[in-house]
Amino acid sequence: MTRSAFSPVGDGSTPEPAAALDTFPKLLLHHRRVRPHRPANREKDYGIWQSWSWAEVAAEVEAFAGGLAVMGFRRGDKLAIIGDNRPRLYWAIAAAQSLGGVPVPIYQDSIAEEIAFVLDHAEIRFAVAEDQEQVDKLVAIKGRCPLLETVIYSEPRGMRHYEQSFLHDYSTVQQRGREFAGNSPGFFRDEVSKGRGSDVAIILYTSGTTGRPKGVVLTFDNIIITAKNAIDFEQLTDSEEVLAYLPMAWIGEHIFSYAQAYCAGFCVSCPESQATVTADLRELGPTYFFAPPRIFENILTQIMTRMEDAGWSKRKLFHYFLAVAKRVGLPILDQHRVSLAHRVLYWLGGVLVYGPLKDTLGFSRIRVVYTAGEAIGPDLFNFYRSLGINLKQLYGMTESSVFLCIQKEGAVKPDTVGSPITGVEIRISENGEVLFRSPGAFQCYYRNPEATAEVKQPDGWVHTGDSGFFDNGQLKILDRARDVGKLADGSPFAPKFIENKLKFFPYIKEAVAFGDGRPFVVALINIDLDAVGDWAERRGLTYASYQELAADEAVYALALGCIEQVNRDLAGEPALAPSQIRRFLILHKELDADDGELTRTRKVRRRIIASRYEPLIQALYSSAAKGRIETEIAFEDGRKTKLRADLAIRDAATASPSAERLIFEHAS
Amino acid sequence: MTAAKQIGEPILTANSITLSFGGIVALNGISLTIRRREILAIIGPNGAGKTSMLNVINGFYHPQQGTITWRGEARRHMRPYQAAAQGIARTFQNVALFKGMTTLDNIMTGRLLRMRRNFLWQAIHFGPAEREELEHRAHVERIIDFLEIEAIRKVPVGRLPYGLQKRVELGRALAMEPELLLLDEPMAGMNVEEKEDMCRFILDVNDEFGTTITLIEHDMGVVMDISDRVVVLDYGRKLADGPPEMVRTSPDVIAAYLGEAVAPSC
Repeated sequence: MTRSAFSPVGDGSTPEPAAALDTFPKLLLHHRRVRPHRPANREKDYGIWQSWSWAEVAAEVEAFAGGLAVMGFRRGDKLAIIGDNRPRLYWAIAAAQSLGGVPVPIYQDSIAEEIAFVLDHAEIRFAVAEDQEQVDKLVAIKGRCPLLETVIYSEPRGMRHYEQSFLHDYSTVQQRGREFAGNSPGFFRDEVSKGRGSDVAIILYTSGTTGRPKGVVLTFDNIIITAKNAIDFEQLTDSEEVLAYLPMAWIGEHIFSYAQAYCAGFCVSCPESQATVTADLRELGPTYFFAPPRIFENILTQIMTRMEDAGWSKRKLFHYFLAVAKRVGLPILDQHRVSLAHRVLYWLGGVLVYGPLKDTLGFSRIRVVYTAGEAIGPDLFNFYRSLGINLKQLYGMTESSVFLCIQKEGAVKPDTVGSPITGVEIRISENGEVLFRSPGAFQCYYRNPEATAEVKQPDGWVHTGDSGFFDNGQLKILDRARDVGKLADGSPFAPKFIENKLKFFPYIKEAVAFGDGRPFVVALINIDLDAVGDWAERRGLTYASYQELAADEAVYALALGCIEQVNRDLAGEPALAPSQIRRFLILHKELDADDGELTRTRKVRRRIIASRYEPLIQALYSSAAKGRIETEIAFEDGRKTKLRADLAIRDAATASPSAERLIFEHAS
Repeated sequence: MTAAKQIGEPILTANSITLSFGGIVALNGISLTIRRREILAIIGPNGAGKTSMLNVINGFYHPQQGTITWRGEARRHMRPYQAAAQGIARTFQNVALFKGMTTLDNIMTGRLLRMRRNFLWQAIHFGPAEREELEHRAHVERIIDFLEIEAIRKVPVGRLPYGLQKRVELGRALAMEPELLLLDEPMAGMNVEEKEDMCRFILDVNDEFGTTITLIEHDMGVVMDISDRVVVLDYGRKLADGPPEMVRTSPDVIAAYLGEAVAPSC
């Protein structure tokens, strides 16, 4: 086992000039030579973790690349990849890159139309699909995508009666590749050596909170240099363990589970299915983990609801030590002075509560946990850190190959995203927008020069669209620049800030606040079906559907409690006191990516929601006690239906800043 | 699916079965055949004798008159465990699983008839017994994968929602590697999505393993969609027997279901 994270450029100790390790296929051959027997991939299948060493992965990739070449895949061709995280799909990425092709991963839950757009826009001839479900979508749009010639499926189950000649089994393709390699043994190596760092490595279509998806073009240099800088920053080695469970089409997943694994040589494990991620996480015990804030929210919600079901003594113990962690956990993690009694108490909590809890969550071996993609609620963030989990924030986007800023050890704060890493320059424009220039900066949006010109300046500076500022060398992100507005009286209105505060309550899954140019703030609320369902069950409240539960009077009272708590918090900060929520309603359906209300990474698409729920927003700004809405919803299979509902509107009490201060003085 | 499947010779023939409990005649001279690889649906109003028919087929009940011919061999008295040993597996209208045991253990019990080592060997769990358990576990894991229930492998079935319990029960029946699978209302109490899943599993079992399936079901949409042939029972008599299209338009069937001559809505 080597402790050196990455062979630095120009390291003379390796037989080949290390400067040649500028593409992922070259890195793959490098690992085959340097650490052939160390695990590269694992997948839980038939209840057992199956594993592949670097030598085996190299052989699989070579076989698949050979098969693709035989079937006519040429340099510059694009390979669409659709499915859950499976080793075979990761090998397909490497195989396409080996032949000088460009992988284009597509979100696996995309509906057929979304896939058709990408296939068409990226001129895709070849696609690899995980299973029958994905093949069905491709078959359905084949007629509309004349360029699509070949579909390769990885899981043959249910495929026996498909007679279309453009469908091929992954294993058969590999078999053809092996036969081909037998006849022309040097082919793979030659093809790999033709690759250059400046070649296009991947095109990732960003879900985008506005408009059509855009294809972000990244080169090997973009990704490898950025991944390597971040590896050095965290001192990652080839003995890290990671779980690949986020969509393959998302840049974060690509960097953590492919790019950094290939750069540092560590093993990537794939869960058995999306539903077993929590159990697999626990078995694996990753050392390096990434999750967007919503996952941490979900985990917290699960912990809290499960603890509500626990026995009296366990519940008391849990809440007591959670309070201890809240008081002294952070100072201990940041190595501040803490009294001996508190240290002993925290240690005891570690034995009785935090340790077992971390073990249950699969965080017992964790060294670094990142969260990014969206702002995280400070309470949520501190909850994990106070348990001794090294949760940090980073800042980045598809256009920057992720890493722009990372929080340094000992300088972790809930409201910043850290300072720029090696090679990254950041500046704030006059109107407060964050701009960056970095080795990871994307080349262009594929076939969309207008959009590229809007975002990327000729001198290399890229507009992020986020508004932010530096605070003691650490970047603070306020909100999407275009979302920050002003109330009618001129006071600032940052919707995401308010929404995040609401979403910290386990009962609230999603919230959308409105207030730009309006006299006061209103909110649409989505309840969390699991948490509220559990809450209802314990109170003997019966309900038949989400819609019924959401309309319940007691649930409204529950949400009202959360909102008034947020109002009291907001009142504590003079600048935000006017942003208190005056009126709200609970939506009758969950906001859904299939309906275009969320992005595939579950970010709220504010403008679409505003137009779709326009009648409700009008009702919120009137004195009406009800709002009527008719919406079209899409089922998972693409069918659509109309949903009509009358939703109750409630007023929330607001706190005045001075009164809040009085209460505080009384309490302390 | 495009290719038509091959339905083979009769594997089970019931010949004028009559079954009564005291004065109540549950089955009155019913004859029917089940052909290899087909999906046969038995439908009928409540009390028509559908479950009784399944119980006769797998040896729970012994008819007063008539014979069952299973794979060319006529029999009058057969015990359920003999039926099971000869390749007839079933699920029940009211889920009959071991509630306190996990999904995995429940499905494992479906393998018991195929285990060769005796109780003592298994208790010691050494050598051949261990190898045997590993083989069976591998088989059970394939079923878990097939039915997509990985996430509930270690969950006690009593804690599972009803739809999933039904799926586990199907898994246990499949673990026996049956030739004939009897399903008693596999979709009762399920929502639309669960029904669709269950339909897909039934079709996949029939298609991939070549298992012959006989099922009782009340959801006419499901019956018309997945079965090759439908038998209609009413008060212990057989009203109709034929392909779904034919049964759907049979005046007798319509009368039995609706009491008047109006086409049933499916």
